Parts: sequence; C-alpha cells; structure tokens
Amino acid sequence: MEDNNTNRLSPKDFKSDQEVRWCPGCGDHAVLNAVQKALSELGIPKEKFAFISGIGCSSRFPYYMNTFGFHGIHGRASAIASGVKIANPDLSVWQITGDGDALAIGGNHFIHVVRRNIDINIILFNNEIYGLTKGQYSPTSEKGLVTKTSPFGTIEEPFSVGELVIGARGKFFARTVDANVTLSTQIYIEAARHKGASVIEVLQNCVIFNDGIHEKVTAKEVRDDRTIILKQGEPMLFGKENDRGLILDGLKLKVVKLGEGGIKEKDILIHDATEQNPGIQYMLANMRYPEYPVALGIIRSVPGPTYEAELENQIEQVRSKSKISCMDELLNSGSVWEV
Amino acid sequence: MRKKCTVIEKEDVVIRFSGDSGDGMQLTGTLFSETAALYGNDFTTFPDYPAEIRAPQGTVGGVSGFQVHLGHSVIYTPGDYADVLVAMNPAAIRANIKWTKFGGTIIIDKDNFTEKNIEKAGYKSDPMVEDNLDQFNLIEAPISSMVKEALLKLNLDPKTILRTKNMFALGMVYWLFDRKLKYTEQYFEKKFSKKPELVEANKIALRAGYYYAETIEALAPIRINPAPIAKGRYRNISGNTATAWGLLAAAEKAGLELYIGSYPITPATGILEELAARKDLGVKSFQAEDEIAGICTALGASFAGNLAVTSTSGPGLALKSEAIGLAVMAELPIVIVDVQRGGPSTGLPTKTEQSDLLQALFGRNGESPVVVLAASTPTDCFQYAFEAARIAVEHMTPVILLTDGYLANGTEPWRIPSMKDLPDIHPPYASDQDLPYVPYKRDSEKMSRFWAIPGTPNMEHRIGGLEKTVKGTVSYVPENHELMVNMREQKVARVAAKVPDLTVSGEESGDLLVVGWGGSYGYRVMAVKELQAEGYKISNVTFNYINPLPGNVRDIFSKFKKIVVCELNLGQFASYLRMKYPEFHYEQITKVQGLPFTISEIKEKCLKLL
Repeated sequence: MEDNNTNRLSPKDFKSDQEVRWCPGCGDHAVLNAVQKALSELGIPKEKFAFISGIGCSSRFPYYMNTFGFHGIHGRASAIASGVKIANPDLSVWQITGDGDALAIGGNHFIHVVRRNIDINIILFNNEIYGLTKGQYSPTSEKGLVTKTSPFGTIEEPFSVGELVIGARGKFFARTVDANVTLSTQIYIEAARHKGASVIEVLQNCVIFNDGIHEKVTAKEVRDDRTIILKQGEPMLFGKENDRGLILDGLKLKVVKLGEGGIKEKDILIHDATEQNPGIQYMLANMRYPEYPVALGIIRSVPGPTYEAELENQIEQVRSKSKISCMDELLNSGSVWEV
Repeated sequence: MRKKCTVIEKEDVVIRFSGDSGDGMQLTGTLFSETAALYGNDFTTFPDYPAEIRAPQGTVGGVSGFQVHLGHSVIYTPGDYADVLVAMNPAAIRANIKWTKFGGTIIIDKDNFTEKNIEKAGYKSDPMVEDNLDQFNLIEAPISSMVKEALLKLNLDPKTILRTKNMFALGMVYWLFDRKLKYTEQYFEKKFSKKPELVEANKIALRAGYYYAETIEALAPIRINPAPIAKGRYRNISGNTATAWGLLAAAEKAGLELYIGSYPITPATGILEELAARKDLGVKSFQAEDEIAGICTALGASFAGNLAVTSTSGPGLALKSEAIGLAVMAELPIVIVDVQRGGPSTGLPTKTEQSDLLQALFGRNGESPVVVLAASTPTDCFQYAFEAARIAVEHMTPVILLTDGYLANGTEPWRIPSMKDLPDIHPPYASDQDLPYVPYKRDSEKMSRFWAIPGTPNMEHRIGGLEKTVKGTVSYVPENHELMVNMREQKVARVAAKVPDLTVSGEESGDLLVVGWGGSYGYRVMAVKELQAEGYKISNVTFNYINPLPGNVRDIFSKFKKIVVCELNLGQFASYLRMKYPEFHYEQITKVQGLPFTISEIKEKCLKLL
C-alpha cells in the first residue's frame, strides 16, 4: 500500500471543499486536524483512503475528508467498513464512530469487527453523551449522570471501551485526548501501520451537552498528575515531576512515588503493548481517576492474522486445488447427462 | 434379475417418501429423483420437512416428507396427490394420508406400527379403521426386521443397521418403477468411499428391498418412459443452487468479484452455503454476525467495487430494510435475495408462502423505490438471479429477488446453459474524461449515476444516507430533495425499457385470465392447461418483473372478460395491480397454509368464475 513515489502530501490535501459544521469549540475539530496530519505522513496515495462512518456528530467526519467516504446508517459503520476492506484489501480503511454509534446500536458489529481482526482503523469519539439528539446519556456515561433521559441520574453501569476491545480479543487499543494533537497524530500513524483492527478511543469534549466531562483528568493544570502516557519499553512514570509510577501489588496495579518506601525506578513496571497476554494491558485500560491516572497512548498492539489476508489465502489455496476455474466448468461439473 | 411380469406404462406418477425426520427421507427422495433424471424423465420435487431438526420421534410434527413427480411429458409441479406413499411410521401415514390418491399404494414399515407408535401418532384406535387404509393398496413390509436379518453377517451395531431402512424402502420403490439400482449404488461407493462396510450395508438393504417387492408381487411394475425434452446436456438443480449460480454467472459476465454477506436463515441458507463453497471462483463469502451486518458489509463491498449480494428470508428482509434504504440513497448496486417463507414473525420457517411481496415493494421509510423480480421455477432462479445482478449493476440500484421455500428446495432437471449465450454485463464506471467526478451525475437514458471505485485516482467523493445535491453536498433544500426523490423514482422506472413483454399461455383473449407471479407458476399452468383441454376459454400469465412491470399489461388484461389473481397470501399482488391498473376488476384465489397450491383447487375456483 505504501508508495514511495507518491508526491508528499500535506494535511491540506486531505481537506474537502465542505464547510465543517461542528459546533465551535467541539473536540472533533482537533481530531480532524490530527487525522489529516497523520494521513499526510503515511506515504499512501490519497485515493487509497476510505472513511466510513455511522450516525452521530463525529460521523459527519467523512464529508470533511478529501478521500473516498461513505456516511452510513446508525451503528453499522463497522459492518460497512468490513465489506469495503474485504472487497478491496488494498485500501486504508478508517471507521469514524462515537460512543452511541459503536457501543449502543452498533455494539454487535463493533465486537465482531474487533474479533475478526479486519484491518480497519476505528476512531471512537467518546464524549459520554448523545450530542446529535441533544443530550441523552450514552453507554459510556458515568453512573448517576443527569441528562434529558435520566433526569434523576442514570442507574446503569457504563462500558469501558478498552475492556470491550480486549474482551472481544482485540489486538490494538489506544487512548488519546482530542486536544492533544501531537499524541493523537502519533497514535493514528501507528494504528494505520498496525495490520488488523485498531481501536483508538478519543476522550472528546462535547462543548454543548457534556462540556468538561473529561476536564477532571485532561485539564492543563491537572493532566500530568491524572493521566499517564504509556510508551513502549519505558517505565510507567507520570506526574508533573515524573516521580510517580505504577507497580504490580499482588494482582493489582498500584500508584507509588519514587523514593517513598524505598521505591526505585527499576521497581516501576515497563510498558509492553506487544505482550500477547492482555492481563496488565487490561488493568491499564481500566484505570480510573482518582484511584489511578487515566492511561493514554498505545495500550495494546499485538500482531495477528487479519481476516482479509486469511480469506485471500484460502481463496488461493482452494483455487490451486480445484478443477473448476470458470462458470462453464462449474455448470458442467458433477452429475450431468445428455439427452 | 426379475422374472417376467407385465409392465404397465404410465404418463406420470407421484411418489411421496415420508418418515421421522431422522429416517433419511430427504436423501431417499433425492436419490430416487437422480435415478429418474438418468432415465430421461422430467420431474419436479418438493421437500416438506419440519423446522425442528429432530422433532419428538414418532409424532406428526416430526414427519419429514419428500415428494417426486416424474413423467413422460413435461412436469410443472411436484403433483397434488401421491400415487405411492412410503410411510416409515404411523405418524407418516397420519400426516400424509390426505395427500395420497384414493386407492393408491402405501408402503409401510410394519415393524414400526407398534401400539406405542400408533398412540404417539395421535390415533385413538386402529389406523386401518380410522384412516380407512383398506381403501388403499397397503403393502405391509416388515422393513426393520428384514434389514436386521439381511445385515446380520456384517457385524454392525444395531443403530447403523436400522439406518439402512430407507434404502430397503427405496429398493422396493425401484422395483415398482422398473428402475436399475446402479446409479444409487454408485452414490454409495462415492459417499462412503472410506467406509466400505457402509457401502456394503446400504447395497444389501437396497437389493433386499428390491427383491422383497419382486417376491411379494405387490403391484405390477410401472414404467414411465423418457420425456420428450429438448436435446442437450442436463443436470439436476435446486432453486437455491440455481440462484447462487446465476449470481456467479453474472459476476463472471460483469468482470466483477462476487461478495456475499449473509446470516444463516431457513430456507435461504443454501445460497450462502453454495457460494461459500465456491472459493475456487473467487467468491468472498462472509457469514455476518446478523442480518443487518450481512447487507451492510455487502453495501461496503459494493462501494468498493464488488458485485454485492445478501440472501435472506422474510424476517431477515425486515431487518435489512434500513440498509436497503441506504442503498437506494447511495445508489449502489446490490442484490437482495428473499427466499420467502410463512410469516409474519418467525412464522413457518420451513414452509412456503408469497407474503413478502408488499414488504419487498414498500417496506422502507421514505420514497424508496427498488427493482423487484420474482423467479417462478427452481431452474429459472438462475435466469432471474442473473437478471437481478445485471439490473443492479447496470442501473446502480438495489434489486430484490423473490423466490420462496418451495422453489428453493425443489429440484428439476435443467438444460445446462453455455456462458457464451448469456448477455455481457456492463458496469457503468465513471470515466477519466469526465473529471471532476460528480457522484450523482446521471446517464441521460437510464438516469443512473456512474460508479467510481475507491482506489481510482482523482475520483475521491463522499456518498451516504443524507440527502445530497447532484455534486454530493449534503443539502436540506426543499426543491433539491424533491428533485432527487424524483430522479431515484425515474431511474427505477426506466429499468422498464428492457423488461420483456408478458406472454400469455393460451389464447390472447377469452373468458378468464389467470394471473400470478413467482412460485405458483407450475400449478397455474397445469390447472389452465387442463381447463383449456376441457374447452374453456382460459389463459394464464406469469409476472417475473414486479417493479417495474412489463409494458403490455393493459393490452393483455383488456382482452379477457374476467381476471383472477392466484397467490399464496391474502391478495398482495392483486392489491398492487389494483393500484397500478385500477380500471380492471380482479378476482382472487388465495391460500395461506404454508403449502403450494394444488392444481385441483385452482381448477375448482376457476370453474366458479367461468
């Protein structure tokens, strides 16, 4: 897919002629910028990109990309994108979806695209609210959230995106924050290069209906202490002074401070997104403030066969052994007789 | 092999094999019809089985049947009533006696007529009395004990031995119809090539049955001479396989890869299974997590440039409705095969009905026109699947192909077509000379848009479910919406340009025109032929193009004094015709029992109108 002869593309080449209609201040604008930046660095010709979406604010995304795009129906983007990739494995396929689109109405398709490991990059905008229908709770809304359809607070447990991905035997899961364009761009590039279904959860702010929902961990003044950016092969350290870290205490993760209780840097866990056993990655994906910092970066990235490659292999294998190579041969195969 | 005995020649005969759903009746019927094919008979089959894989043993609900109608002339239907009924247990008699010709032959496994089984079948007293079995030629064969005896030497377990009962019964039927055993024996050799003991056991049981029938001289053997069918190469094919192959043929003619995204559902699953097995022809088959994913992956594949198909039955078509609407809006080619079954809801999964017609035509939100075709015989499923794909691709539109459970599972001999005789299919690819690409720019004649496949340089564009301008910009402008709605309607209407005229079978004018569509074809043809032979001025027409309709409907309808619409629902096509051609009066013959019509009931109802 990568083509070194392609004239270098710039983020601008990926902007379509459509006016971007998201609310001013919406986190989606930053995601759009980061994606356009990432695409320009992949070395893939523009016509090889396809953006597929469902329904919701974020699902308008394909209209703003000067690539092939298909704005589908609610919840079904995973299925449409699967068909696109299987039909034409040469394409770089991106699914744009939200917490309602992917995890409520589209939950079934979401877990299955992950399980099948179809090489699609899924950007899941998680603002923990329904924006396009004007403010109802979503499957990721924190329990107790007061919204128009939960005037006395929700009484449901929310989904954790990472937990679902790992539960569905996912091979790639990353988390980023809408406003962190640098981190997001790196993650999108890695996701694109990963062969298989990559899920990127973006903690995205809905400025109108759930403003500041992620602020308690993402605000500039607190984010260093309340998030941890995981880097492959590096100790899991965080904090303004980079002096806090994660260790394994029995079967659980624990936040420690360097120097306290004799803790040294060598005691801190080293991040390995490529470890097949998802045990630690699962705990990292589920870390919640205030007990833990929220994990950002690539949490899990392990290789595995993709559905479309397995299918192509199977077709080749069957072809090489079969006596039937065209319709006329099939029509005349098996039990036939002359009259 | 057989001592000299007078052979009676007959024009046609109907045989129904029936037993418990584990008794292997479907296989028995299939083997019998394959031998008939090799004898040059024409035939039609009708498998009739319960939804449960193993319904309670010995009960009427668990009876599985397979009817074969073979003849010396062209056979249009599996036949109304059986001349010969094979009944492996009391429940099989209880379930099928009403479908057996008065005075016909009934072969039973006497060993299975125990008190317990008779009670399980729901008889209150002696079946002989309750069902007047003395009015039939009843052959009481101790099949179970005879196969035990015949296979004694083979050292097999009792279960395996009893599994050959169906072959004993088949052997008896072969003697009755003066057939050789060799084709079925060849089948055993191929099927059990790695288990020689099973080849031997089945052969012994088959022969034992044959000799038993000869010994008891239960009936004079009947000979059905070959049918005068057109010269050529033939094979046996079911409606579902013919559908799958029609789609494959269309993909080859269009130069496209075939993609099928489906979810297993009775009675449509055979299409997915057949295409999944055709990896040698490059089919990309995808067993989706649900019906919606089936069609949505297919739509994705269509967007990406494949010939996209999804197959389903009624409840699945309901689930796919929203995505069909998306295909209408995005103007992407896709074939949706609906193998109709009894509804609503889960309904009668293994039984046939024609009650999805209005769902196919109108079951979506908004102004949502699609092309609707219907096949009318197991073999013409090939032609209409091919045609559905041709129209979808050339006109950039979803096409719903209606078949039904009766067509899907029924089999017929089929004269094998040659690919060179099928028309080429021309996908309307967007041309390089037409840049910049405008997604909803249309062909002036067909009104269809052009297909720009992702991966093609300079053709990047966006489509989707929101209303758009011709250039592909999202638009809520009132006049634009109306314009686009009209264009989509026009596009489907213009498919009519290539829809062949209806042909009347019989005189072009008369007292009564029998009108129908889809799978009721054979029954109508036979009923009308018989009434014509009796001197009535009656003719028949069959619709295969439902939307758009053929151009000459008014001409034909206006030449008959009365019109009667025959269908397996409460009158859906009649309602549609009333909407389209309100100037005519439509009588109706309807049936919703999960069963095909019988020739006699159509005749009877037509006679009341003549």
